[in-house]
Amino acid sequence: MSKISRRKLITTGLAATAGASGLAVAAKLARHYGLVPPDSGVLYGAGETLTYAAQRLLTRHSMAREFSRSQISEKPFANEVAPLGDEFKRLQQVGFAEWRLSVDGMVAQPTSFSLAELRSFPSRSQITFIACEEGWSYIAEWSGAPLSHVLGLVGTLPQARYVVYRSFQSDWWESIDMADALHPQTILTLGMNGGELPIGFGGPLRMRVPRQLGYKNVKYLTRLTLTDSLKHFGKGLGSASPEGGYAWYAGI
Amino acid sequence: MGTGANWEIAGNAGVAARERADGLRPRHAALVRVTHWLITLSFFALLVTGVEILISHPRFYWGEIGNVNTQPLFKLPIPSSRDMVPTGYGYVLPDQNGWSRYLHFEAAWVAVFTGLLYLAFGFFSGHFRRNLLPAPSDRSLKGLAISVARHLRFERPSEEEAWSYNVLQRLTYLFVVFVLFPLIIWTGLAMSPAIEGAFPSAVAVLGGRQSARTIHFFVSIALVLFLFVHIFMVSLAGFWKRVGAMITGRAATKKERV
Repeated sequence: MSKISRRKLITTGLAATAGASGLAVAAKLARHYGLVPPDSGVLYGAGETLTYAAQRLLTRHSMAREFSRSQISEKPFANEVAPLGDEFKRLQQVGFAEWRLSVDGMVAQPTSFSLAELRSFPSRSQITFIACEEGWSYIAEWSGAPLSHVLGLVGTLPQARYVVYRSFQSDWWESIDMADALHPQTILTLGMNGGELPIGFGGPLRMRVPRQLGYKNVKYLTRLTLTDSLKHFGKGLGSASPEGGYAWYAGI
Repeated sequence: MGTGANWEIAGNAGVAARERADGLRPRHAALVRVTHWLITLSFFALLVTGVEILISHPRFYWGEIGNVNTQPLFKLPIPSSRDMVPTGYGYVLPDQNGWSRYLHFEAAWVAVFTGLLYLAFGFFSGHFRRNLLPAPSDRSLKGLAISVARHLRFERPSEEEAWSYNVLQRLTYLFVVFVLFPLIIWTGLAMSPAIEGAFPSAVAVLGGRQSARTIHFFVSIALVLFLFVHIFMVSLAGFWKRVGAMITGRAATKKERV
Protein backbone atom coordinates (compact mmCIF):
# COMPACT_ATOMS: atom_id res chain seq x y z
CA MET A 1 0.00 0.00 0.00
CA SER A 2 1.26 3.45 -0.84
CA LYS A 3 1.50 6.04 1.90
CA ILE A 4 -1.04 8.79 1.83
CA SER A 5 0.82 11.90 0.75
CA ARG A 6 0.33 15.30 2.27
CA ARG A 7 -0.83 16.67 -1.07
CA LYS A 8 -3.46 13.98 -1.36
CA LEU A 9 -4.65 14.68 2.17
CA ILE A 10 -4.96 18.41 1.48
CA THR A 11 -6.80 17.98 -1.83
CA THR A 12 -9.14 15.41 -0.28
CA GLY A 13 -9.83 17.77 2.61
CA LEU A 14 -10.50 20.67 0.26
CA ALA A 15 -12.76 18.56 -1.92
CA ALA A 16 -14.71 17.38 1.13
CA THR A 17 -15.11 20.95 2.40
CA ALA A 18 -16.21 22.15 -1.03
CA GLY A 19 -18.66 19.25 -1.26
CA ALA A 20 -20.12 19.93 2.18
CA SER A 21 -20.54 23.66 1.58
CA GLY A 22 -21.97 22.92 -1.87
CA LEU A 23 -24.57 20.71 -0.24
CA ALA A 24 -25.36 23.40 2.33
CA VAL A 25 -25.86 25.99 -0.41
CA ALA A 26 -28.01 23.55 -2.39
CA ALA A 27 -30.16 22.88 0.69
CA LYS A 28 -30.60 26.61 1.28
CA LEU A 29 -31.51 27.26 -2.35
CA ALA A 30 -33.90 24.30 -2.38
CA ARG A 31 -35.66 25.63 0.71
CA HIS A 32 -35.86 29.10 -0.83
CA TYR A 33 -37.48 27.81 -4.01
CA GLY A 34 -39.90 25.52 -2.17
CA LEU A 35 -38.27 22.26 -3.23
CA VAL A 36 -38.15 20.68 0.23
CA PRO A 37 -41.21 18.67 1.27
CA PRO A 38 -42.53 18.91 4.86
CA ASP A 39 -41.60 15.27 5.54
CA SER A 40 -37.96 15.76 4.50
CA GLY A 41 -36.83 14.93 8.04
CA VAL A 42 -38.25 11.39 8.17
CA LEU A 43 -36.11 8.27 7.77
CA TYR A 44 -36.24 8.25 3.97
CA GLY A 45 -36.58 12.03 3.68
CA ALA A 46 -33.50 12.43 1.48
CA GLY A 47 -34.98 10.37 -1.35
CA GLU A 48 -38.34 12.05 -0.85
CA THR A 49 -36.74 15.50 -1.14
CA LEU A 50 -34.99 14.51 -4.37
CA THR A 51 -38.25 13.19 -5.81
CA TYR A 52 -40.27 16.25 -4.86
CA ALA A 53 -37.59 18.72 -5.98
CA ALA A 54 -37.05 16.94 -9.30
CA GLN A 55 -40.78 16.75 -10.01
CA ARG A 56 -41.32 20.39 -9.10
CA LEU A 57 -38.49 21.45 -11.41
CA LEU A 58 -39.71 19.23 -14.26
CA THR A 59 -43.48 19.22 -13.92
CA ARG A 60 -44.58 22.40 -12.12
CA HIS A 61 -46.87 23.52 -14.94
CA SER A 62 -47.46 20.28 -16.80
CA MET A 63 -51.01 19.06 -17.25
CA ALA A 64 -52.27 15.65 -16.16
CA ARG A 65 -53.20 13.46 -19.11
CA GLU A 66 -56.83 13.74 -20.18
CA PHE A 67 -58.65 10.94 -21.96
CA SER A 68 -61.46 10.53 -24.44
CA ARG A 69 -65.03 9.79 -23.39
CA SER A 70 -64.72 6.23 -24.72
CA GLN A 71 -61.90 5.55 -22.25
CA ILE A 72 -64.05 6.21 -19.16
CA SER A 73 -64.08 3.07 -16.99
CA GLU A 74 -67.37 1.17 -17.09
CA LYS A 75 -66.86 -0.16 -13.59
CA PRO A 76 -64.86 2.31 -11.51
CA PHE A 77 -63.74 1.06 -8.13
CA ALA A 78 -64.74 3.18 -5.14
CA ASN A 79 -62.37 1.60 -2.60
CA GLU A 80 -63.53 1.09 0.97
CA VAL A 81 -64.14 3.93 3.39
CA ALA A 82 -64.57 3.89 7.14
CA PRO A 83 -68.22 4.15 8.31
CA LEU A 84 -69.35 7.75 7.96
CA GLY A 85 -71.63 7.80 11.02
CA ASP A 86 -75.06 9.17 11.92
CA GLU A 87 -74.26 12.84 11.42
CA PHE A 88 -73.26 12.16 7.80
CA LYS A 89 -76.49 10.18 7.25
CA ARG A 90 -78.49 13.10 8.62
CA LEU A 91 -76.76 15.51 6.21
CA GLN A 92 -77.35 13.07 3.37
CA GLN A 93 -81.08 12.85 4.13
CA VAL A 94 -81.50 16.57 3.50
CA GLY A 95 -79.53 16.38 0.26
CA PHE A 96 -76.39 17.84 1.81
CA ALA A 97 -78.14 21.23 1.89
CA GLU A 98 -76.26 22.01 5.11
CA TRP A 99 -72.86 20.85 3.83
CA ARG A 100 -70.33 23.67 4.09
CA LEU A 101 -66.81 24.12 2.84
CA SER A 102 -65.05 26.64 5.05
CA VAL A 103 -61.93 28.47 3.93
CA ASP A 104 -59.68 30.10 6.52
CA GLY A 105 -56.06 30.86 7.40
CA MET A 106 -54.05 33.26 5.26
CA VAL A 107 -56.98 34.75 3.38
CA ALA A 108 -58.40 38.27 3.31
CA GLN A 109 -61.95 37.03 3.97
CA PRO A 110 -62.48 33.71 5.75
CA THR A 111 -65.63 32.32 4.11
CA SER A 112 -67.74 29.23 4.03
CA PHE A 113 -69.52 27.99 0.92
CA SER A 114 -72.58 25.80 0.44
CA LEU A 115 -72.59 23.17 -2.28
CA ALA A 116 -75.07 25.32 -4.24
CA GLU A 117 -72.63 28.22 -4.14
CA LEU A 118 -69.79 25.98 -5.30
CA ARG A 119 -72.02 24.73 -8.14
CA SER A 120 -72.65 28.30 -9.24
CA PHE A 121 -68.94 28.90 -9.83
CA PRO A 122 -67.32 28.41 -13.26
CA SER A 123 -67.09 24.67 -13.68
CA ARG A 124 -64.41 22.53 -15.20
CA SER A 125 -64.88 18.97 -16.44
CA GLN A 126 -61.97 16.69 -17.14
CA ILE A 127 -61.54 13.01 -17.95
CA THR A 128 -58.55 11.86 -15.93
CA PHE A 129 -57.45 8.69 -14.18
CA ILE A 130 -57.18 8.25 -10.47
CA ALA A 131 -54.58 5.76 -9.32
CA CYS A 132 -54.10 4.24 -5.91
CA GLU A 133 -50.60 3.81 -4.52
CA GLU A 134 -51.43 0.08 -4.44
CA GLY A 135 -51.35 -0.02 -8.25
CA TRP A 136 -54.96 -0.07 -9.47
CA SER A 137 -56.66 2.78 -11.32
CA TYR A 138 -59.74 3.89 -13.24
CA ILE A 139 -60.73 6.73 -15.55
CA ALA A 140 -63.72 8.99 -14.92
CA GLU A 141 -65.03 12.38 -15.86
CA TRP A 142 -64.80 14.73 -12.89
CA SER A 143 -66.39 18.16 -12.69
CA GLY A 144 -66.43 21.00 -10.23
CA ALA A 145 -65.02 24.39 -9.38
CA PRO A 146 -61.28 24.89 -9.83
CA LEU A 147 -59.66 25.35 -6.42
CA SER A 148 -57.81 28.38 -7.82
CA HIS A 149 -61.16 30.16 -8.38
CA VAL A 150 -62.17 29.73 -4.74
CA LEU A 151 -58.71 30.75 -3.54
CA GLY A 152 -59.08 33.93 -5.60
CA LEU A 153 -62.54 34.69 -4.20
CA VAL A 154 -61.41 34.56 -0.59
CA GLY A 155 -58.38 36.75 -1.26
CA THR A 156 -55.48 34.38 -0.66
CA LEU A 157 -52.56 36.29 0.84
CA PRO A 158 -49.31 36.23 -1.15
CA GLN A 159 -47.37 34.60 1.70
CA ALA A 160 -49.58 31.49 1.64
CA ARG A 161 -47.54 28.47 0.54
CA TYR A 162 -49.79 25.49 1.25
CA VAL A 163 -53.45 24.57 1.32
CA VAL A 164 -54.36 22.21 4.16
CA TYR A 165 -57.63 20.39 3.51
CA ARG A 166 -59.74 18.28 5.77
CA SER A 167 -62.38 15.62 5.45
CA PHE A 168 -65.59 14.89 7.31
CA GLN A 169 -63.53 11.90 8.44
CA SER A 170 -61.37 13.69 10.96
CA ASP A 171 -58.32 11.42 10.59
CA TRP A 172 -58.02 12.11 6.84
CA TRP A 173 -56.40 15.44 6.12
CA GLU A 174 -53.90 16.46 3.50
CA SER A 175 -52.06 19.46 2.13
CA ILE A 176 -50.65 20.55 -1.21
CA ASP A 177 -48.26 23.29 -2.26
CA MET A 178 -49.43 26.29 -4.29
CA ALA A 179 -48.14 24.73 -7.54
CA ASP A 180 -50.83 22.07 -7.18
CA ALA A 181 -53.39 24.30 -5.43
CA LEU A 182 -53.40 26.86 -8.27
CA HIS A 183 -53.08 24.22 -10.99
CA PRO A 184 -56.05 24.45 -13.38
CA GLN A 185 -56.85 20.74 -13.06
CA THR A 186 -57.12 20.81 -9.27
CA ILE A 187 -60.87 20.94 -8.73
CA LEU A 188 -63.37 20.87 -5.87
CA THR A 189 -65.23 17.94 -7.36
CA LEU A 190 -69.03 17.83 -7.21
CA GLY A 191 -69.84 15.60 -10.17
CA MET A 192 -68.67 12.35 -11.74
CA ASN A 193 -69.47 10.92 -15.16
CA GLY A 194 -72.25 13.45 -15.73
CA GLY A 195 -74.08 12.88 -12.45
CA GLU A 196 -73.60 13.89 -8.85
CA LEU A 197 -70.49 12.56 -7.17
CA PRO A 198 -71.57 9.28 -5.48
CA ILE A 199 -70.81 8.94 -1.76
CA GLY A 200 -68.50 5.97 -2.34
CA PHE A 201 -66.36 8.15 -4.58
CA GLY A 202 -66.23 11.01 -2.09
CA GLY A 203 -69.56 12.80 -2.59
CA PRO A 204 -70.84 15.34 -2.00
CA LEU A 205 -67.44 17.06 -2.30
CA ARG A 206 -64.00 15.72 -3.07
CA MET A 207 -60.60 17.29 -3.74
CA ARG A 208 -59.21 16.08 -7.05
CA VAL A 209 -55.46 16.60 -7.57
CA PRO A 210 -55.00 14.54 -10.72
CA ARG A 211 -51.21 14.81 -10.74
CA GLN A 212 -51.03 12.99 -7.41
CA LEU A 213 -52.13 9.55 -6.24
CA GLY A 214 -55.47 8.61 -4.72
CA TYR A 215 -54.78 9.36 -1.09
CA LYS A 216 -54.20 13.05 -1.80
CA ASN A 217 -57.72 13.18 -3.26
CA VAL A 218 -59.54 13.63 0.04
CA LYS A 219 -63.21 12.58 0.11
CA TYR A 220 -65.99 14.45 2.01
CA LEU A 221 -64.14 17.76 1.91
CA THR A 222 -65.14 20.22 4.66
CA ARG A 223 -62.39 22.76 5.22
CA LEU A 224 -59.46 24.51 3.52
CA THR A 225 -56.78 26.35 5.49
CA LEU A 226 -54.14 28.47 3.81
CA THR A 227 -50.79 28.67 5.57
CA ASP A 228 -47.16 29.58 5.07
CA SER A 229 -45.94 26.72 7.26
CA LEU A 230 -47.11 23.20 8.02
CA LYS A 231 -45.26 23.05 11.34
CA HIS A 232 -48.32 23.47 13.51
CA PHE A 233 -50.59 21.05 11.70
CA GLY A 234 -50.61 17.62 13.32
CA LYS A 235 -47.06 16.43 13.86
CA GLY A 236 -45.71 19.01 11.43
CA LEU A 237 -45.06 16.53 8.62
CA GLY A 238 -47.57 18.10 6.24
CA SER A 239 -50.51 15.73 6.45
CA ALA A 240 -51.92 12.57 7.98
CA SER A 241 -50.08 10.43 5.40
CA PRO A 242 -46.51 10.85 6.73
CA GLU A 243 -47.87 10.32 10.24
CA GLY A 244 -49.12 6.96 8.97
CA GLY A 245 -45.81 6.21 7.23
CA TYR A 246 -46.75 7.39 3.71
CA ALA A 247 -45.03 10.15 1.76
CA TRP A 248 -46.56 13.64 1.81
CA TYR A 249 -45.92 14.14 -1.89
CA ALA A 250 -47.68 11.53 -4.00
CA GLY A 251 -46.75 12.57 -7.55
CA ILE A 252 -45.09 9.19 -8.00
CA MET B 1 -6.66 -19.72 -25.36
CA GLY B 2 -9.17 -17.70 -27.30
CA THR B 3 -9.06 -14.96 -24.75
CA GLY B 4 -5.28 -14.88 -24.82
CA ALA B 5 -5.41 -14.33 -28.54
CA ASN B 6 -7.81 -11.45 -28.04
CA TRP B 7 -5.32 -9.70 -25.86
CA GLU B 8 -2.79 -9.98 -28.68
CA ILE B 9 -5.27 -8.55 -31.14
CA ALA B 10 -5.98 -5.71 -28.76
CA GLY B 11 -2.27 -5.01 -28.94
CA ASN B 12 -1.77 -4.31 -25.28
CA ALA B 13 -1.26 -7.85 -24.01
CA GLY B 14 2.36 -7.25 -23.13
CA VAL B 15 1.68 -4.09 -21.18
CA ALA B 16 -1.37 -5.54 -19.51
CA ALA B 17 0.45 -8.71 -18.52
CA ARG B 18 3.35 -6.74 -17.06
CA GLU B 19 1.03 -4.44 -15.15
CA ARG B 20 -0.86 -7.43 -13.85
CA ALA B 21 2.30 -9.14 -12.74
CA ASP B 22 3.41 -5.99 -10.97
CA GLY B 23 0.02 -5.72 -9.27
CA LEU B 24 -0.42 -2.21 -10.77
CA ARG B 25 -3.46 -2.90 -12.83
CA PRO B 26 -6.49 -3.98 -10.83
CA ARG B 27 -8.85 -6.65 -12.18
CA HIS B 28 -11.72 -4.20 -11.69
CA ALA B 29 -11.28 -0.42 -11.67
CA ALA B 30 -12.07 1.24 -8.34
CA LEU B 31 -15.09 2.98 -9.83
CA VAL B 32 -16.48 -0.29 -11.18
CA ARG B 33 -16.04 -1.89 -7.75
CA VAL B 34 -17.72 0.94 -5.84
CA THR B 35 -20.63 1.25 -8.29
CA HIS B 36 -21.06 -2.55 -8.34
CA TRP B 37 -21.71 -2.69 -4.60
CA LEU B 38 -23.84 0.46 -4.54
CA ILE B 39 -26.03 -1.04 -7.25
CA THR B 40 -26.11 -4.33 -5.32
CA LEU B 41 -27.30 -2.53 -2.21
CA SER B 42 -29.94 -0.43 -3.97
CA PHE B 43 -31.08 -3.43 -6.03
CA PHE B 44 -31.84 -5.43 -2.89
CA ALA B 45 -33.70 -2.49 -1.36
CA LEU B 46 -35.70 -2.06 -4.59
CA LEU B 47 -36.44 -5.78 -4.79
CA VAL B 48 -37.68 -6.16 -1.20
CA THR B 49 -39.76 -2.98 -1.27
CA GLY B 50 -41.00 -3.78 -4.78
CA VAL B 51 -42.33 -7.12 -3.56
CA GLU B 52 -44.00 -5.39 -0.61
CA ILE B 53 -45.71 -2.86 -2.90
CA LEU B 54 -46.69 -5.62 -5.33
CA ILE B 55 -48.54 -7.70 -2.71
CA SER B 56 -50.92 -4.82 -2.04
CA HIS B 57 -52.34 -5.54 -5.51
CA PRO B 58 -50.97 -8.79 -7.00
CA ARG B 59 -52.98 -8.39 -10.21
CA PHE B 60 -51.67 -7.17 -13.56
CA TYR B 61 -53.45 -5.46 -16.43
CA TRP B 62 -52.76 -4.24 -19.93
CA GLY B 63 -53.66 -0.77 -21.19
CA GLU B 64 -54.44 2.39 -19.26
CA ILE B 65 -56.47 1.20 -16.30
CA GLY B 66 -57.21 -1.83 -14.17
CA ASN B 67 -58.78 -2.57 -10.81
CA VAL B 68 -60.62 -5.37 -8.99
CA ASN B 69 -63.73 -4.68 -11.13
CA THR B 70 -61.87 -5.29 -14.39
CA GLN B 71 -60.44 -8.42 -15.96
CA PRO B 72 -56.75 -8.82 -15.14
CA LEU B 73 -54.16 -9.94 -17.66
CA PHE B 74 -53.02 -12.37 -14.95
CA LYS B 75 -52.86 -12.50 -11.18
CA LEU B 76 -50.26 -13.95 -8.89
CA PRO B 77 -51.51 -16.80 -6.66
CA ILE B 78 -50.39 -15.08 -3.48
CA PRO B 79 -52.20 -13.43 -0.55
CA SER B 80 -52.52 -9.64 -0.54
CA SER B 81 -51.97 -6.90 2.02
CA ARG B 82 -55.38 -5.39 1.16
CA ASP B 83 -58.73 -6.96 1.97
CA MET B 84 -60.38 -5.47 -1.14
CA VAL B 85 -58.34 -7.74 -3.42
CA PRO B 86 -59.98 -11.14 -3.99
CA THR B 87 -57.12 -13.61 -3.58
CA GLY B 88 -58.88 -16.74 -2.31
CA TYR B 89 -56.85 -16.63 0.87
CA GLY B 90 -58.76 -16.15 4.09
CA TYR B 91 -56.28 -13.67 5.53
CA VAL B 92 -54.70 -10.31 4.76
CA LEU B 93 -50.98 -9.58 5.08
CA PRO B 94 -49.78 -6.51 7.01
CA ASP B 95 -49.57 -3.27 5.04
CA GLN B 96 -45.92 -2.34 4.36
CA ASN B 97 -46.49 0.15 1.54
CA GLY B 98 -45.63 3.35 3.42
CA TRP B 99 -41.95 2.73 4.16
CA SER B 100 -41.67 0.49 1.10
CA ARG B 101 -42.63 3.32 -1.22
CA TYR B 102 -40.33 5.78 0.57
CA LEU B 103 -37.38 3.37 0.40
CA HIS B 104 -38.19 2.20 -3.15
CA PHE B 105 -37.78 5.72 -4.50
CA GLU B 106 -34.77 6.55 -2.33
CA ALA B 107 -33.02 3.37 -3.51
CA ALA B 108 -34.04 4.22 -7.09
CA TRP B 109 -32.23 7.57 -6.74
CA VAL B 110 -29.10 5.79 -5.49
CA ALA B 111 -29.32 3.36 -8.42
CA VAL B 112 -29.82 6.18 -10.95
CA PHE B 113 -26.94 8.33 -9.67
CA THR B 114 -24.68 5.28 -9.44
CA GLY B 115 -25.73 4.20 -12.91
CA LEU B 116 -24.97 7.63 -14.38
CA LEU B 117 -21.53 7.64 -12.74
CA TYR B 118 -20.87 4.15 -14.10
CA LEU B 119 -22.05 5.14 -17.59
CA ALA B 120 -19.85 8.24 -17.65
CA PHE B 121 -16.86 6.18 -16.50
CA GLY B 122 -17.66 3.37 -18.89
CA PHE B 123 -17.73 5.64 -21.93
CA PHE B 124 -14.80 7.88 -21.08
CA SER B 125 -12.39 5.30 -19.67
CA GLY B 126 -12.95 2.84 -22.48
CA HIS B 127 -14.36 0.26 -20.02
CA PHE B 128 -17.32 -0.49 -22.29
CA ARG B 129 -15.23 -0.65 -25.45
CA ARG B 130 -12.45 -2.72 -23.89
CA ASN B 131 -14.27 -4.96 -21.43
CA LEU B 132 -17.91 -5.21 -22.48
CA LEU B 133 -18.00 -4.93 -26.26
CA PRO B 134 -17.29 -8.44 -27.59
CA ALA B 135 -13.75 -8.75 -28.92
CA PRO B 136 -13.54 -8.65 -32.75
CA SER B 137 -12.73 -12.38 -32.96
CA ASP B 138 -15.85 -13.18 -30.92
CA ARG B 139 -18.21 -11.10 -33.05
CA SER B 140 -19.44 -14.11 -34.94
CA LEU B 141 -21.90 -16.89 -34.40
CA LYS B 142 -18.98 -19.27 -34.11
CA GLY B 143 -17.36 -17.30 -31.31
CA LEU B 144 -20.68 -17.16 -29.54
CA ALA B 145 -21.32 -20.87 -30.11
CA ILE B 146 -17.97 -21.79 -28.54
CA SER B 147 -18.78 -19.70 -25.47
CA VAL B 148 -22.31 -21.11 -25.19
CA ALA B 149 -20.99 -24.68 -25.48
CA ARG B 150 -18.46 -24.07 -22.74
CA HIS B 151 -21.18 -22.64 -20.51
CA LEU B 152 -23.46 -25.59 -21.19
CA ARG B 153 -20.66 -27.96 -20.09
CA PHE B 154 -20.30 -25.85 -16.92
CA GLU B 155 -16.61 -25.53 -17.67
CA ARG B 156 -14.63 -23.62 -15.14
CA PRO B 157 -13.18 -20.51 -16.75
CA SER B 158 -9.54 -20.51 -17.77
CA GLU B 159 -6.91 -18.57 -15.87
CA GLU B 160 -6.99 -15.87 -18.55
CA GLU B 161 -10.70 -15.38 -18.01
CA ALA B 162 -10.06 -14.31 -14.44
CA TRP B 163 -8.76 -11.15 -16.16
CA SER B 164 -11.42 -10.65 -18.75
CA TYR B 165 -15.03 -11.37 -19.64
CA ASN B 166 -15.99 -14.00 -22.21
CA VAL B 167 -18.37 -13.10 -25.01
CA LEU B 168 -21.50 -14.45 -23.33
CA GLN B 169 -20.73 -12.48 -20.19
CA ARG B 170 -20.12 -9.35 -22.24
CA LEU B 171 -23.42 -9.62 -24.07
CA THR B 172 -25.29 -10.31 -20.83
CA TYR B 173 -23.76 -7.32 -19.06
CA LEU B 174 -24.46 -5.07 -22.06
CA PHE B 175 -28.08 -6.24 -22.06
CA VAL B 176 -28.47 -5.57 -18.34
CA VAL B 177 -26.77 -2.16 -18.49
CA PHE B 178 -28.29 -0.84 -21.72
CA VAL B 179 -31.67 -2.59 -21.94
CA LEU B 180 -32.97 -3.86 -18.59
CA PHE B 181 -31.89 -0.97 -16.37
CA PRO B 182 -33.11 1.81 -18.69
CA LEU B 183 -36.37 -0.08 -19.21
CA ILE B 184 -37.06 -0.54 -15.50
CA ILE B 185 -36.41 3.16 -14.83
CA TRP B 186 -38.60 4.20 -17.75
CA THR B 187 -41.52 1.93 -16.78
CA GLY B 188 -41.17 3.03 -13.17
CA LEU B 189 -41.39 6.71 -14.10
CA ALA B 190 -44.30 5.96 -16.44
CA MET B 191 -46.34 5.12 -13.33
CA SER B 192 -45.83 8.58 -11.84
CA PRO B 193 -48.96 10.67 -12.49
CA ALA B 194 -46.92 13.89 -12.51
CA ILE B 195 -44.21 12.58 -14.86
CA GLU B 196 -46.88 11.10 -17.14
CA GLY B 197 -48.43 14.53 -17.53
CA ALA B 198 -45.09 16.07 -18.46
CA PHE B 199 -44.09 13.26 -20.84
CA PRO B 200 -47.34 11.67 -22.08
CA SER B 201 -45.76 9.91 -25.05
CA ALA B 202 -43.42 8.02 -22.70
CA VAL B 203 -46.53 6.25 -21.37
CA ALA B 204 -48.37 5.99 -24.68
CA VAL B 205 -45.60 4.02 -26.41
CA LEU B 206 -45.67 1.49 -23.58
CA GLY B 207 -49.40 0.95 -24.12
CA GLY B 208 -50.64 2.81 -21.05
CA ARG B 209 -49.99 3.14 -17.36
CA GLN B 210 -51.05 -0.39 -16.39
CA SER B 211 -48.97 -1.80 -19.25
CA ALA B 212 -46.00 0.12 -17.82
CA ARG B 213 -46.65 -1.52 -14.43
CA THR B 214 -46.82 -4.98 -16.02
CA ILE B 215 -43.61 -4.43 -18.01
CA HIS B 216 -41.94 -3.10 -14.84
CA PHE B 217 -42.83 -6.42 -13.18
CA PHE B 218 -41.41 -8.53 -16.01
CA VAL B 219 -38.19 -6.53 -16.22
CA SER B 220 -37.71 -6.99 -12.48
CA ILE B 221 -38.18 -10.75 -12.99
CA ALA B 222 -35.51 -10.60 -15.72
CA LEU B 223 -33.15 -8.76 -13.38
CA VAL B 224 -33.71 -11.33 -10.63
CA LEU B 225 -32.98 -14.10 -13.15
CA PHE B 226 -29.79 -12.29 -14.10
CA LEU B 227 -28.87 -12.09 -10.41
CA PHE B 228 -29.32 -15.86 -9.95
CA VAL B 229 -27.28 -16.71 -13.06
CA HIS B 230 -24.65 -14.12 -12.08
CA ILE B 231 -24.23 -15.65 -8.60
CA PHE B 232 -24.21 -19.16 -10.08
CA MET B 233 -21.47 -18.25 -12.58
CA VAL B 234 -19.43 -16.50 -9.91
CA SER B 235 -19.74 -19.61 -7.74
CA LEU B 236 -18.62 -21.80 -10.63
CA ALA B 237 -15.52 -19.66 -11.06
CA GLY B 238 -14.75 -19.56 -7.35
CA PHE B 239 -17.13 -17.46 -5.29
CA TRP B 240 -14.79 -15.85 -2.72
CA LYS B 241 -11.98 -15.33 -5.22
CA ARG B 242 -14.30 -13.38 -7.53
CA VAL B 243 -16.09 -11.53 -4.75
CA GLY B 244 -12.66 -10.64 -3.37
CA ALA B 245 -11.61 -9.29 -6.77
CA MET B 246 -14.73 -7.11 -6.86
CA ILE B 247 -13.89 -5.74 -3.40
CA THR B 248 -10.11 -5.30 -3.47
CA GLY B 249 -9.59 -5.13 -7.21
CA ARG B 250 -6.95 -7.83 -7.09
CA ALA B 251 -7.49 -11.13 -8.84
CA ALA B 252 -5.68 -13.95 -7.07
CA THR B 253 -3.79 -16.25 -9.44
CA LYS B 254 -3.30 -19.93 -8.81
CA LYS B 255 0.26 -19.39 -7.63
CA GLU B 256 -0.83 -16.90 -5.01
CA ARG B 257 -3.49 -19.17 -3.68
CA VAL B 258 -1.08 -22.04 -2.88
